[in-house]
Amino acid sequence: MAIPVLIGILVITFALARMIPGEPCKAMLGEKATAEVCARFNVKYGFDKPITTQFGIYMKNILQGDFGDSIRFSRPVTIILIERLPLTIELGSIALLIAISLGIPLGILSAVKRNSIWDVLTMVGANIGVSMPVYWLGLMLAYLFALVLKDTPFWLPPTGRLTAGFVAIPFYQVWGWQMAKQSFIYHIAEFLANIYTFNSLITGDWKIFWDSLKHLILPSVALSTIPLAIIARMTRSSMLEVMKLDYIRTARAKGLKKKTVILKHALRNALLPIITIIGLQVGTIFAGAVLTESIFGLAGVGRILFEAITARDYPIIQAFTIVIAVGYVFINLLVDLSYVFIDPRIRLE
Amino acid sequence: MAPVSLASETMKDYRSNSLWRLTLRRIFKQRSAIFGMVILSFLILVAIFANVIAPYDPEEVLIGVEAGIKKRSAPCIHILGCPADQPQHIMGIDGNVRDQFSRIIFGSRISLMIGFTTVGFAIIIGTILGALSGYAGGWVDNVIMRILDVLMAFPSLLLAITIVSVLGPGLQNALLAIAIVTIPVYARVVRASVLSIKEMPYVAASRSLGGSPFHILISRILPNAIPPLIVTGTLGIGTAILDAAALSFLGLGAQPPTPEWGTMLGSERNQVFTAPHLVFYPGIAIMLTVLAFNLLGDGLRDAIDPRLGQASE
Repeated sequence: MAIPVLIGILVITFALARMIPGEPCKAMLGEKATAEVCARFNVKYGFDKPITTQFGIYMKNILQGDFGDSIRFSRPVTIILIERLPLTIELGSIALLIAISLGIPLGILSAVKRNSIWDVLTMVGANIGVSMPVYWLGLMLAYLFALVLKDTPFWLPPTGRLTAGFVAIPFYQVWGWQMAKQSFIYHIAEFLANIYTFNSLITGDWKIFWDSLKHLILPSVALSTIPLAIIARMTRSSMLEVMKLDYIRTARAKGLKKKTVILKHALRNALLPIITIIGLQVGTIFAGAVLTESIFGLAGVGRILFEAITARDYPIIQAFTIVIAVGYVFINLLVDLSYVFIDPRIRLE
Repeated sequence: MAPVSLASETMKDYRSNSLWRLTLRRIFKQRSAIFGMVILSFLILVAIFANVIAPYDPEEVLIGVEAGIKKRSAPCIHILGCPADQPQHIMGIDGNVRDQFSRIIFGSRISLMIGFTTVGFAIIIGTILGALSGYAGGWVDNVIMRILDVLMAFPSLLLAITIVSVLGPGLQNALLAIAIVTIPVYARVVRASVLSIKEMPYVAASRSLGGSPFHILISRILPNAIPPLIVTGTLGIGTAILDAAALSFLGLGAQPPTPEWGTMLGSERNQVFTAPHLVFYPGIAIMLTVLAFNLLGDGLRDAIDPRLGQASE
């Protein structure tokens, strides 16, 4: 199932890139590209060949991890991805963690204490949450925590990843690893070290850990609102559905504690739609990252995608769209596979 | 023959009337639907009477029109203690010395227009694709659904961003992009209804009476898809407005000086610390509009979907 979709993603991004008006070389390399440069470009990407051959070359390049060079930075897009992706993964994971760890309990609470004040408050909050523009919430949070609450312990930094003067030393330097620059292992290590919270956690640098976490609070809270609201709503309706069933009444009737019945019997069966919706939220978070990262001055994938759009840096737009879409498909594939573990009645065919 | 057809006409009328009346009654039982309808009616009134409500032209630069006016000055409301000799600007002045309140008021027209046109377009295309897919089945179904699967594999806002970055920024392209990325949703809804209805005995009866496939599809099968389409469409309008505002915020949608809420927010985002009111009000306006459609959509779903309806009674 996933393979045709992945091929489809590549076909669509390929088609979109061909829809750019004007000469592809001028569009990709900028108006100042000389005829000589254009000729070399056309040979590399096969613009002088028939469209089917062009698609073949395009597929070959992408499967080899070659997304071409960025127009603005004149550097391979793949390298830029390795630099920028960690921050977005870090930000997105924290946002998703907030959404899950608050959304599921709130949803359960709403379902169990149905029509109570908690239920009403949660559902009103969830409705407002899904209706709020993420970037607006981000700006308002920045205003509140960086300006209004200045000089209080609640102050939070509105931009950047670390306070000026703070440096996150990569774990491989701390541990004295020797690696050839530009080797595959080096890129992997670099990628992991760029996740500052992870890097400072494994090296035990608490000052940096706390500082980077503090910088991530506002953007990840802004980013988590929509997923949080959607997860809470889905948890509530799924729990309500399950709690109507006979086996729940049986479990209660045989004298099990209410808490056990809710958390062990009901939640487990209510979990499938919740997990599914969580997988779909990864897309919301990726799209939200484009908006929040540029507000909070975080140099992640979203921000560079936004800048690439303004600068018409097509190789970056194309590569990042592919990477995000593939990541999204992959995560939802994992979600599908997880069904087997959550519900043993489901078997993979 | 005449009396028979007359009888069946009145029967049909009676039944459809009561169905709609029942549905309406159920809708009015939903608190969220009523709340959504109230906000929405308010917004529609604001949009219709925008030129009556708004004190200024939304695109008029007030330099030279009012003495001593400064850009990005804070709101001046007379009853809240703003000196009476200063002209009143409920939501302040924006970065180009225009009345923010008038721009917010006129913005409601654009946002409602965005919501209805994108969803309308997506529903038309989605219905055609979904009906074709569900009714024809076989390879036609396979091809259409696989293409839609691929479209759904992208996070929708992201695909819209990519499409606009290729087509070029502008409100029209943004609307087109948002419509394209939401087509799969409506196509799936229609396809599901068609699949569940097309094997029904009354459809077989219609076919045996010699009804053409087109006639059967249009007047026997598709009417069943209308209720779920209304629900999905109402919720979809909210999302479309939110996404269009996001595109405008990024500079890909409506261009200045159009009084579009997302554009207004985007152009003043760097001033959030010095002139928060210029960011605050457009965001509230977007939220209120999207909330109205979401509440209405939720209420409609609870009223129309009997399975969920039982749960809430």
